[in-house]
Amino acid sequence: MSTAPNDYLLHLADNAVVLGQRDAEWCGHGPILEEDLALANVSLDLIGQARLLYQLAATRMGKGATEDSLAYFRDDTEFRNYTLVELPNHGALVGYAASDRDYATTIVRNFLYSALMVLVWDALQKSPDADLAAIAAKSLKEARYHLHHAADWVVKFGDGTEESHARAQAALDHLFPYTEEFWTPSAIEDAAIASGAVTDVRTLRAAWDAIVADTLAEATLKRPEVRGYVPEGKHGRHSEHLSYLLGEMQGLARAHPGATW
Amino acid sequence: MYTQAMDIPDESGKKLSVVSPPQSEQEAAFEARIDADGRIEPQDWMPEAYRKTLVRQISQHAHSEIVGMLPEGNWISRAPSLKRKAILIAKVQDEGGHGLYLYSAAETLGTSRGDMIDGLHSGKAKYSSIFNYPTLNWADVGVIGWLVDGAAIMNQIPLCRCSYGPYARAMIRVCKEESFHQRQGYEALLVMMKGTEAQRSMVQDAVNRWWWKCLAMFGPPDADSPHSAQGMRWGIKRISNDDLRQKFIDATVPQAKVLGVSLPDPELKWNEARGHYDHGQIDWQEFWNTVEGNGPCNKERLATRVKAHKDGQWVRDAALAHAQKQRARADKEAA
Repeated sequence: MSTAPNDYLLHLADNAVVLGQRDAEWCGHGPILEEDLALANVSLDLIGQARLLYQLAATRMGKGATEDSLAYFRDDTEFRNYTLVELPNHGALVGYAASDRDYATTIVRNFLYSALMVLVWDALQKSPDADLAAIAAKSLKEARYHLHHAADWVVKFGDGTEESHARAQAALDHLFPYTEEFWTPSAIEDAAIASGAVTDVRTLRAAWDAIVADTLAEATLKRPEVRGYVPEGKHGRHSEHLSYLLGEMQGLARAHPGATW
Repeated sequence: MYTQAMDIPDESGKKLSVVSPPQSEQEAAFEARIDADGRIEPQDWMPEAYRKTLVRQISQHAHSEIVGMLPEGNWISRAPSLKRKAILIAKVQDEGGHGLYLYSAAETLGTSRGDMIDGLHSGKAKYSSIFNYPTLNWADVGVIGWLVDGAAIMNQIPLCRCSYGPYARAMIRVCKEESFHQRQGYEALLVMMKGTEAQRSMVQDAVNRWWWKCLAMFGPPDADSPHSAQGMRWGIKRISNDDLRQKFIDATVPQAKVLGVSLPDPELKWNEARGHYDHGQIDWQEFWNTVEGNGPCNKERLATRVKAHKDGQWVRDAALAHAQKQRARADKEAA
């Protein structure tokens, strides 16, 4: 039976944990109580997905690996997440800049990512790697809810007020170029496809384009044209932002190596 | 989590009437139902002072849940394992959920969430003062679960029998979740106490900082508690502050022993004659300073809530504008 390579499991897990960390930044700061709860819920789902994937990878890797050794004791260059998910919850600024959180950035990012993941999990739930297929089946249900939630708000923003429309369009313009990374090849994905356990994400592009086009049309927002730099987070070459995110996330655990919590 | 605030006067509570004989048939019926331990429901007649007391108490309770998300939320990004991170997010989310259904319970009394939130943001309405202290190390998360939620449960279990139906029913669900939080907090501390010296020090440090604040959460001594008598009469309050505080101490001392931490009170001793633990003096001056807005984190907590609300204005405006446009489009199609 074919199994997905561990590096690919880490790619999926890193995406989930990093976006879970970003979405949780809204906890206690949401624009309305219901959204505070919704974002915490999305974050909780993503952390849960990351845990299952890290646990599966850790079991297969052996040598004392655990979900926490993989999440807390790997450096930023070892993280295989898309750059999209590590960006801060605001517009384009350098790594050490401070800014207010922008809900449009968060929602548009969750929309672009969950539109991809409903397709990825749907494909992976048919994987011959039964463990991965089980995680995918569970994650698909969650991703559908995440997409529903985010797309609903993209439409509200686009159709709502002049300000919300402008903010949503600005967020799209900022984030859309990062989605190019979904469609570029990487050694990890090539190996995963070769294993026979994983679908080539590039075959999902037309379906992703259709989801995005439908929502943007309803929201009266424009799909930005993308050219130039293609992010390389999944190769381990990240934005300035990931090492800050991991520094915060991993600091306490790394100050007490070997401790059980 | 929450407690205490029911005894803390705020702007809306200053003109409360005192216990007086019934003035009308309606009032006599209300009093009779209270005496029979019956429930008052939203559609029932109730004295204005009863309604006001409940709005004050339930909204303070809701505000406490919302402000209470902040001290623990402070550790979500830094939780030292994914399991603890997930537990903490779920817990803080529960507190937000409690806030949501408590605001809804208060709305059955004719107020609105917007008005209540304005009261919080303007500083008119209070919230539980316990959230005006900082969370300084990871063990604070466990200690808040064990002690703060533990104290909250002591205060809230009697509220499940509160005379006002919607509040009592909300409290049944809240208490179930709080009791789960308390066990989770205690379990996290047990694991840390079995760990390294540094982990044990974190737990002891957190216990030292939270113990006295938790005792103060039960509110001023009965002799100084302004709203207690009327609250008891109306079946809103069931057990006095001092009795609840004693119950909490008696339950907590053995738990501290099992955990292996000391409680920072040299006068804490079992009193055979009373059948209870004696304890030292609570610093009420410090408590009132904090209630009045001059504690270590009052300004940060409130300013953070105000900022979240203000920053979220455009989001709420967008949702409203979209809903109005949708309605207009539907009307046009129907026409």
